[in-house]
Amino acid sequence: MSVGAPKIAVTVAEVVEVNELIKRFRFVRTGGGVMPTFSGGSHIVVDMDDHGTRRLNPYSLMSDPADPSSYMISVRRDDQGRGGSLYMHRHVTPGLQMQIGHPVNLFPLDLRGRKHLLVAGGIGITPFIAQMAQLAARGERFELHYAARTRSLGAYMDDLQARYGDRVHLYLDDQGQTLDLKTLLAGQPFGTHLYVCGPKPMLNWVLSTAKAMGWPDGAVHSEEFLAPPVGKPFAVELATSGKTITVDGNQSLLEAIEKAGVDAPYLCRGGACGQCETDVLQCDGHLEHNDHWLTPEQKASNRKIMPCVSRFHGQKLVLDR
Amino acid sequence: MGLEFNTETFRDDFTFRNSPKAIRRFPFPFPEDSYMYSVNMEPHVPGPKGSVFEHMFDVDEHYLSEMRDRALVLKDDPLRCQSLPHMTLAGWDLLELIMEAKARDYPHWFELHKTGNRWTWINRPMEIEQTFTFLDESTLPYGPMEYITRQTQGDFTLQDQRDNTLWIDAGMVTTQADWSLDFDVGMSFNEWHAPVPLAHQMGVFERALKFLLKLQLGAPVRRFNWTMTVDPLLDTSPENYPKWGPSKATLTPDTVGRRQHLRVELQSLHRLPRSNAIAFPIRAYLIRFEELVSVPKWGRRLHRIIRDIHPDLATYKGFIRNRDMMVDYLAQFDDGQPTSPGWWPED
Amino acid sequence: MSIVVEGTIPSRPRYGKLTLREGSGHLMVADGEGAEAILELVARAGGAAPGVLAHTHIIYMPGPTGTDMSARLQSLGADAFFRANDYATAQPRLKKVFADAKMGLQIYLTGTEGLIGQAQRDAMEAGLPHTAVQTEFRGSSVRRVQCVHCKGITENVRTDPFQCSHCGLNLFVRDHYSRRHAAFQGVNIDAEDPGQVPPAVERFK
Repeated sequence: MSVGAPKIAVTVAEVVEVNELIKRFRFVRTGGGVMPTFSGGSHIVVDMDDHGTRRLNPYSLMSDPADPSSYMISVRRDDQGRGGSLYMHRHVTPGLQMQIGHPVNLFPLDLRGRKHLLVAGGIGITPFIAQMAQLAARGERFELHYAARTRSLGAYMDDLQARYGDRVHLYLDDQGQTLDLKTLLAGQPFGTHLYVCGPKPMLNWVLSTAKAMGWPDGAVHSEEFLAPPVGKPFAVELATSGKTITVDGNQSLLEAIEKAGVDAPYLCRGGACGQCETDVLQCDGHLEHNDHWLTPEQKASNRKIMPCVSRFHGQKLVLDR
Repeated sequence: MGLEFNTETFRDDFTFRNSPKAIRRFPFPFPEDSYMYSVNMEPHVPGPKGSVFEHMFDVDEHYLSEMRDRALVLKDDPLRCQSLPHMTLAGWDLLELIMEAKARDYPHWFELHKTGNRWTWINRPMEIEQTFTFLDESTLPYGPMEYITRQTQGDFTLQDQRDNTLWIDAGMVTTQADWSLDFDVGMSFNEWHAPVPLAHQMGVFERALKFLLKLQLGAPVRRFNWTMTVDPLLDTSPENYPKWGPSKATLTPDTVGRRQHLRVELQSLHRLPRSNAIAFPIRAYLIRFEELVSVPKWGRRLHRIIRDIHPDLATYKGFIRNRDMMVDYLAQFDDGQPTSPGWWPED
Repeated sequence: MSIVVEGTIPSRPRYGKLTLREGSGHLMVADGEGAEAILELVARAGGAAPGVLAHTHIIYMPGPTGTDMSARLQSLGADAFFRANDYATAQPRLKKVFADAKMGLQIYLTGTEGLIGQAQRDAMEAGLPHTAVQTEFRGSSVRRVQCVHCKGITENVRTDPFQCSHCGLNLFVRDHYSRRHAAFQGVNIDAEDPGQVPPAVERFK
């Protein structure tokens, strides 16, 4: 259970195929009314009932925070994943009623920034779309550097260029265009904050370059969309609830716990925020840690696991749930 | 209108009084006969009718007098209200939160009309009608946080969330229990709580911070804090300590009942939508010992609390000097009978 | 590694040890014995020192106890060296350096808490997160103390209690510290018993 506010009942108002990989969904409140105002960078957790299998996936809000009439998210289809994005693409159509959580922001802007330098790769553009709307409305300085494999896969490139003009810089792999990161970072004035969101290799490249060039940690912010990986099924004993469950190959440990009717707190569902941290009471086997939350020592201790993204293989796993 | 609100002072002649209704709804903060720090947060959801947490922001008989006192404090010392530049957006969030709550909960006193971003706010008790453009600072006579908190009881701080902690980057602080906004603004959570004894070793702040970092939209929480004040003085600021400090030494056994006040802070915490900051209202309620002991359970319990409290806490809360005198006074109201758990007065 | 000068409460600042970091350049600001920390830092660079110094700007002033190591610092041959009489005369130059600076400039502050605190405050005002600045405490522990009553700051406070140099109240010195004011807090010690002031103890040298 997400700590705090109740879920919001929504109806799918619109589904738009943005390109061959990405679909955009617009949600309005079921029964009318406005959506809660949010801060750019927030995500919502979408509750999906995929023919009896319950999935909860986080998606960044890309709508303008100042427009409370609806929420918009973009979902990139992942054919190798658990099935959440496939469900969204194949089965979510206008008129469908769903449930979402309240917006949670784990990738906020640092409002002290004199300038905001945004670096996006692929679907990582989504949180920046909401943030740029917010920054533009307040007259703040920002610049976007957005890379994609091809123009057709670069979702919203035309729209963003039309809206923000020469604050938007685009880089297309198939045209051999690459971001000259070192030159870009070397010229930024004091008080600039750097934000990066995209695939893991891009994140690593940007973060390590910034560090090597002497950017302080407090001025560098990143978000990685980490989906729970698929794997082999495994059994888990939930000591506090007195239940033994099986986690399917294409189901996360957290989803399996929830399916068993056991409450477990969560916020990001992507291994980054620490909310679902669970104590391991017994581990005869190997914990597959896929999160960014636990320290290396904690991971090696076999005493903790982040069920939203991590898995297990072995003889026996007992959790304090 | 005038009959609903007291005309009273929190300085000079100190005419502040609680009506019998105010005494019965007073937020007595002790659910048991002893006291130690705890995180003690609970959801800030509507409470029993007539209680101080029936509504999100409580408006009581002291409203107009408290606002007059605030205006005097600010005139004398404008540094009691500060907002670092990046916190203006949070100030707008707070303005929206308070205006919407009061218009909803007290429609006979407050109204809010919106046409897109053109809002009209009506505050009947203070005889204010203001039309302005939401998010445009140039259309209000003060910054948004200052504007609305000049019309709302209690102190407020706005806390920015960055680097895995909270930063007290804005506030309206005129009724504080002895801490300086001007000095503390810009500090992190652990820094501004640094002077509190004992609590750090107990891990109270670590747990509180961890909880607050996950505070979500639509799910506010509340807790209580308390201290003691001689005379119903709201402005017990360190800035004015040379003025009010001496009064502690003038308490006598004859005057302790009338002049010694229990000061209870109802604190709540709200996640703000556009800025992702946290609003922290700190609402002070005062009651003098003479009024408090009219509720027998409270008289018994307060005696036991003050008698047994850790001296470091009594020192930090500033009443160690008069503790014995307070205990002697309260002892006459403690017949040793058991007290029921919880803080509601028994009927 | 964090060096605690007098560890008491969490708001009391803590300092570290300067280490050379990669960046677009190096700005070193020091007073008094802080010069030694800079000399040691450069010495640790060994053969890389000339390359570092070619991108280093040093701003230095004598300490409150009179220590002045300008000559030795100047002889390092840094790209720029400036000797100020005190922080007030260094400040305009420092603010200009911050205004022109690019992200990636490494900042090293060393010497008294007063020097470190004021330079850090000015770096923050220019938009840098305060943690981006490296600090190492050296030399005198005399304090800048803000009187919470009149808001005046008294420099080089040695004793506790002391008399506010602006309003004359007797103040005791707390370890509660504000980065924004770059000062510790002073509170009236005889508010409750006017005239009863304990004898001053020399706490800071």
